[in-house]
Amino acid sequence: MLIKSRKSYALTDNDVTDESVYLGRRELLKKMGFIGTGSLLAGALPLGSANAGVLDFFTDDDKKSASKLAALEYQKAAAEFTATDKLTPEDKVTHHNNFYEFGAQKSQPAEYARNFKVDPWYLKVDGQVNNNLLLDNDDLFKQFDLEERIYRLRCVEAWSMVIPWVGFPLASLLKKADPKSSAKYVAFETLYDPKRMPGQSNRFLGGGIDYPYVEGLRMDEAMHPLTMLAVGLYGKALPGQNGAPVRLVVPWKYGFKSIKSIVSIKLTTTEPPTTWNKLAPQEYGFYANVNPKVDHPRWSQASERRITTGGLFASNRIATLPFNGYADEVASLYKDMDLTRYY
Amino acid sequence: MTQNQKVFTLKTFIHLAALTPVIWLYLSAFSDGLGADPVQYVIHFTGKGALNLLLITLCVSPLAQKFKQGWLMQVRRLLGLYSFFYAVLHLANFILFDLQNNWSLFINEVIKRPYITIGMVALLLLTALSVTSFNALRRKMGRNWQKLHNWVYVILLLVCVHYIWSVKANISQPLIYFMLAFVLLALRYKKFSRILPSSR
Ligand code: HEM
Repeated sequence: MLIKSRKSYALTDNDVTDESVYLGRRELLKKMGFIGTGSLLAGALPLGSANAGVLDFFTDDDKKSASKLAALEYQKAAAEFTATDKLTPEDKVTHHNNFYEFGAQKSQPAEYARNFKVDPWYLKVDGQVNNNLLLDNDDLFKQFDLEERIYRLRCVEAWSMVIPWVGFPLASLLKKADPKSSAKYVAFETLYDPKRMPGQSNRFLGGGIDYPYVEGLRMDEAMHPLTMLAVGLYGKALPGQNGAPVRLVVPWKYGFKSIKSIVSIKLTTTEPPTTWNKLAPQEYGFYANVNPKVDHPRWSQASERRITTGGLFASNRIATLPFNGYADEVASLYKDMDLTRYY
Repeated sequence: MTQNQKVFTLKTFIHLAALTPVIWLYLSAFSDGLGADPVQYVIHFTGKGALNLLLITLCVSPLAQKFKQGWLMQVRRLLGLYSFFYAVLHLANFILFDLQNNWSLFINEVIKRPYITIGMVALLLLTALSVTSFNALRRKMGRNWQKLHNWVYVILLLVCVHYIWSVKANISQPLIYFMLAFVLLALRYKKFSRILPSSR
């Protein structure tokens, strides 16, 4: 098996319940004919809490606005992309977010991104490529075969989730753009639009970091089969707070590498600047691989709080695994590197 | 109302206002009502609560002086003890729910993380003030009591540093707390000009 599930984290009855409830819901949707038309819907409608305009009277109810997210049509990914850990429930995935563009507190993005409009959206791919690309909202959902992958997400703040993403490998997009041999790095940029992202215009809300948010990967990391662009989670289009309409997911790196609401992907010859590294270089490196042996200067990275169901007593501190449990697949990318230096 | 009645009423109010949030907090926490990360929630809630109560405690004597309401001083100890109570819950949350009773990890954290070290020092000082806060002891200690309890200003500054050091990027809230602390200290400039030279 390519992706190992955590040994210290055996399956319990609960695990199965969580997923079966979720799958049951998918079955139901299928019967109702929703999933078949999913991609159509996804293409035709602005996605996300995004289309709030249409049903504005629902906007003060989060739950209802979440249910407006378009269902997607996708395949289940191969077992190697499907972690068997217990899933983090959907409402926790969508209500506990670090997305400072919509507020620096965990609960704020769900609130401030509720009316975030993602249509029109343009994602450009350029730089060291033979084919410049410009994808609109529609293309993101139609040009690629969508698949569901279950990944662990480890935040640098020492909490973690297990999330069923829907998306496609970043490599599929980059291959379309046909990278030149001079391309060594990939630079990503989040939308900069202070009117739509209140954290960008209000330093109190946005935590005073420099916008737009930028991130980067080395070319081999970007082309790695585990690296994906997600357009959905739990079978539906991404809600604004999770990075609608398209975000990066790099499961073996700390969460801040997985940049949200991307408008630009540029292939470069040199290592691009990255937001958290600029802010505090001694705390956040360019690589940011999950590494239990290299502590954050202010807290230990040796273990993490896994967020699943249940309250305080159910809280679960588990050992953090090298590369977040994906060492077999990615450790070779860094074999000659001193990971204490390139943290 | 007589003065005793006023004190009684205010104390009753303080008990209610300090205990209700704690009861709500743990009822919600155990029924999964605190969002995705209840551990962080209870740590932050009790930490903030302890700091807020400490600030309120330090408002008592300026208010009593300004408005010539000497009886207010009789609720100061209760407020201070509630601040201590919240701080103990804060530490208990950290050890029980975040570190899940891993004491060696706790000792490691206290040594390795400056913001935790500072929190620990603040809590130890707060403990010293709390156990000596009873009137009988106060009388016995005489002038030393005031000397010891002047450490509350150090505690306040330590906690503000602990707070600002613990956040990842958004320092706007801890800065506001620093400003509040500064105001409360500035109100006492006369006292400081008296005690600082004499402590040499
Ligand atoms: C043994 C002593 C202490 C320990 C181990 C401790 C631990 C912690 C931890 C782990 C955090 C959370 C940091 C994070 O979010 O990552 C925190 C935050 C905080 N603590 Fe403490 N602490 C201690 C003492 C105190 C005391 C005595 C006070 C106040 C009287 C206090 C007030 C606060 C405040 C205000 C915060 C920030 C909460 C927020 O961000 O909303 N702490 N502390």
